[in-house]
Amino acid sequence: MSASIVDVFLNWEVISRYLPDILGSLVYTIGLAVLIVAGGLALGTVLAVARSAGSRPLAALIVVYVDVMRTVPPMVYLIIVFFCAPYLGLTLSPFESTWLTLTLILAAFIEECVWVGIRTLPAGQVEAARSTGLSWLRTMRHVVLPQAIRMMLGPITGKIAAITKETALGSVIGLTEILGTAESASSNSGNPSTLTVAVVLYLMIFVPVVVGSRYLEKNWNWKT
Amino acid sequence: MEGLQMFFNLEIFRQVFPLMLQGLLTTLKLSAFTIALGLLCGLFIALGVSQRRLRWLRVGLIVYIDLFRALPPLVLLIFISFLINFWGLRWNVWGIIALSFTLSTACYYGEILRAGIEAVPGGQVEAARSTGMSAVQTMLYVVLPQAFRSTNPELCSNSLLVIKMTAIAGVVGMQDMLGIARNAQSLLYSPAPLILCALIYMVLLWPAVRWVSNMSERQTR
Repeated sequence: MSASIVDVFLNWEVISRYLPDILGSLVYTIGLAVLIVAGGLALGTVLAVARSAGSRPLAALIVVYVDVMRTVPPMVYLIIVFFCAPYLGLTLSPFESTWLTLTLILAAFIEECVWVGIRTLPAGQVEAARSTGLSWLRTMRHVVLPQAIRMMLGPITGKIAAITKETALGSVIGLTEILGTAESASSNSGNPSTLTVAVVLYLMIFVPVVVGSRYLEKNWNWKT
Repeated sequence: MEGLQMFFNLEIFRQVFPLMLQGLLTTLKLSAFTIALGLLCGLFIALGVSQRRLRWLRVGLIVYIDLFRALPPLVLLIFISFLINFWGLRWNVWGIIALSFTLSTACYYGEILRAGIEAVPGGQVEAARSTGMSAVQTMLYVVLPQAFRSTNPELCSNSLLVIKMTAIAGVVGMQDMLGIARNAQSLLYSPAPLILCALIYMVLLWPAVRWVSNMSERQTR
């Protein structure tokens, strides 16, 4: 019995046949994650700065955006983006859809973190910076944001870890990232060993991310 | 204007609404039992991690927490459903989902409750024990009530994540709200059911999201 379990779930013959494909799909998972982090951080920071610019309607609009992004499951957004774009005459590839969806969601979470960071900063710092002649935007860029982001680094990395994990959702709309590739390989070969490989790969990528983000959340001393 | 009409087609909304409510019921059932099972297992995990007598249990549970926090829930769900099927077991889809969702959420609940238990000052435990309460009584009446109260915001925000996570259940054939919306979308060739699905999620979860975010904002201040 134990031999047959190994044959089913760790069948080396099947694994070696599909390993190149799966390793190739690693590029999609990691590339996608990097692009999502880049886009989400940039958009989230811009939104947080815009929210503190003092225009009420704009701030309200950003709050609504953040709430709308946080209330609906990522999976629902992904399906909407992928299947609704054609009705608008756009065709988004699975890669583009997944990137767009998760970037928009991550941006909402980052905005919330950075905004809390900006607000916790003593108002005197902004006043001091402004009185030395720095413009508001430069005050934000050189005084407020560096501190706000550093202060919130723990929560920010936590959100990044949570959202980059969601790249696996792309498999549902046919993205050939790790899970999608492993799934189709295991239907083709009639053997789930490739999924075992996928699980191991996900652990190899995300255990460091999760452990690292928890370490930062616990030990990050923002005053240094 | 025409585009708006296509996405917010009231005629189709009316047509699929009863079906969506059925899906919603499934989503709510899934969420309720995942939260209940996750909390229960999470509580045992937290107790196992914060005890000091059995080192191997502690280490084992910490490894479990780290591994399963790193694994995307969708990967776990698909792996478990293949695992069960290739094993030749004929499990109901609810069983597969219950197992995989509990595995992916219990570690978060466990981690949250562990922090709550460890935040209760040791002096209180010693005081309770010296009044003659047993270790179990101390845990039940002194430590756990405080642990649950102090971690309430985190527990709620994690439960919110669980409700959102259940949207992946459609992948293994569960007819939850998203599953029904996708069927309706391909049958009617209209994006409206998907939009309705998102709207229902928004209406239901918006108060909870606001509440959780107010709570955590108050904490950081």
